[in-house]
Amino acid sequence: MSPWLRKPKYAALQRREMPGGLWAKCPRCKNLIYQKELERNLQVCPKCGYHHRLSATDRIAVTLDPGSFVEFDAGLTSVDPLGFTDYPEKLEEARRRTGRAEAAFTGMGALDGFRTIVAALDFFFMGGSMGSVVGEKVARAAERALEQRLPLIIFSASGGARMQEGALSLMQLAKTSAAVARLHAERLPYISVMCDPTTGGVTASFAFLGDVILAEPGALIGFAGRRVIEQTIGRRLPEDFQTAEFCREHGLIDMIVPRDQLRPQLSRLLRFFGAPRVALEEPA
Amino acid sequence: MAANPLPTPDSGVPPPRPAAPRLSPWEIVQLARHPQRPKAPDFIFHLVRDFTELHGDRLFRDDPALLAGIGWFEDQPVAVIGPYKGRDTKENLAHNFGMPNPEGYRKALRVMKLAEKYGYPVLSFIDTPAAFPGDEAEERGQAQAIAQNIMEMSTLHTPILVVITGEGGSGGALAMGVGDAVLMLQYAIYTVIPPEGCAAILWRDVSRAKEAAEALRLTAWDLTGLGIIDEIIPEPEGGAHQDPDAATAAVREALGRHLQAVKDVPIDRLLDLRYEKYRRMGRQMESLARG
Ligand SMILES: [Zn+2]
Repeated sequence: MSPWLRKPKYAALQRREMPGGLWAKCPRCKNLIYQKELERNLQVCPKCGYHHRLSATDRIAVTLDPGSFVEFDAGLTSVDPLGFTDYPEKLEEARRRTGRAEAAFTGMGALDGFRTIVAALDFFFMGGSMGSVVGEKVARAAERALEQRLPLIIFSASGGARMQEGALSLMQLAKTSAAVARLHAERLPYISVMCDPTTGGVTASFAFLGDVILAEPGALIGFAGRRVIEQTIGRRLPEDFQTAEFCREHGLIDMIVPRDQLRPQLSRLLRFFGAPRVALEEPA
Repeated sequence: MAANPLPTPDSGVPPPRPAAPRLSPWEIVQLARHPQRPKAPDFIFHLVRDFTELHGDRLFRDDPALLAGIGWFEDQPVAVIGPYKGRDTKENLAHNFGMPNPEGYRKALRVMKLAEKYGYPVLSFIDTPAAFPGDEAEERGQAQAIAQNIMEMSTLHTPILVVITGEGGSGGALAMGVGDAVLMLQYAIYTVIPPEGCAAILWRDVSRAKEAAEALRLTAWDLTGLGIIDEIIPEPEGGAHQDPDAATAAVREALGRHLQAVKDVPIDRLLDLRYEKYRRMGRQMESLARG
């Protein structure tokens, strides 16, 4: 598929390039924001509301109850099944840069006291692309939700399928969608949260299969890349094409939720769908 | 290594296994795209007796890029789906080069659901370059349409047999490609992205498509090794277009054999096997958790 044609903007990384890391420049309004203030504001620009991209680790940290998260399958790592040019090097670089083994972070935790299975994709790890390991971790997360009769929440941030794994990466669409089908059949809640960007193979599988689909403001959401579409139709696309707002207008997602309202919104949904609460005396 | 855990019928004759090709992956890409190659509708019209085309997704419009209908395969009622790739520019323009819009995938799903209602098998013939990069396809939710098909096919309560006859391009192909057996013509291709797109993204150079075709492992032999397809259907010397009747006969033989194999498997067992089939796909390494 052709979702990566839009050059990734490593906006959220800019802060790391600032001297001393004390200030960050907002890619939208260009204001310099005090790093501590940005952190307090969940990496949302206090001046213009721009939602900086979050790593999977930060996503879990700002979403779940503190100390409640237990990671699954941390040691599951990619191999190079096709012998694809530079793939092992790219993997190694992504591991070094992110300190993570792969682009999916999965586990169990509590959200406002509701016990839930969670998966978050990390756009900073090879564009959050889905190869065998991402597919396997998402499928295992869904299967654990099934076994333990818990809800599943997936935060997507991905450029699509990982082409360095060829058709094996395409098959992850089938593997993850089949696992999600079992959740639906067993009447277990599955909530999909689309973060910037959610494109390609991830949209053509689990991200669009939620009972309820949420998106962060301004997130890029779409299947094909803007440039290849413009080449095909021979004209420029409007600026808001494939944004979360565009998707809501076209009936593709349920709601756009600013980051500071995500926890209360997810809590309301978990309560509505009858998610179990963590008992007071036990750790989550 | 075959991906298919289904029993093979005890006919005493092992399925044909074509020898590894003397052609390069790029030459195979050219054969898969050959203008004279029999297209999915050709296979459908020749293999399905008393074919009745069904139109429309009941939501938006009838997608001319996707052919769907009902008919008889031998003495078995079946539902059939396949992209409508044309043989010349005029046909291709009329059928959007065999690239469905969301309404095409939704029409396919509607007809598969019809088959499910009667327990009739679904035959899916795949020949589509890729999902369609169009603005309206995005507005109407092509990602959602593809995701929905993939999910529904994983639990469709009736047998699904898939034959990749030409180009199996990306999510567009998989939206018609989840099944109990996935067969592939000798010179068909199946890939996560067309080689040109891969070269453009990875190396910013479309002219390196030939290199990408090799790197992507998109031939039937590669995919058998990766456990993604179940059987290679042999083609006549020089490709299916050299002798379309022979190619059709080979597809008929293979489909007949696989249909026989799935027919008597109880549906719950078949669905478990289908789940396991896709569940196993992928290569990874378990190691001790870091830190
Ligand atoms: Zn700003």
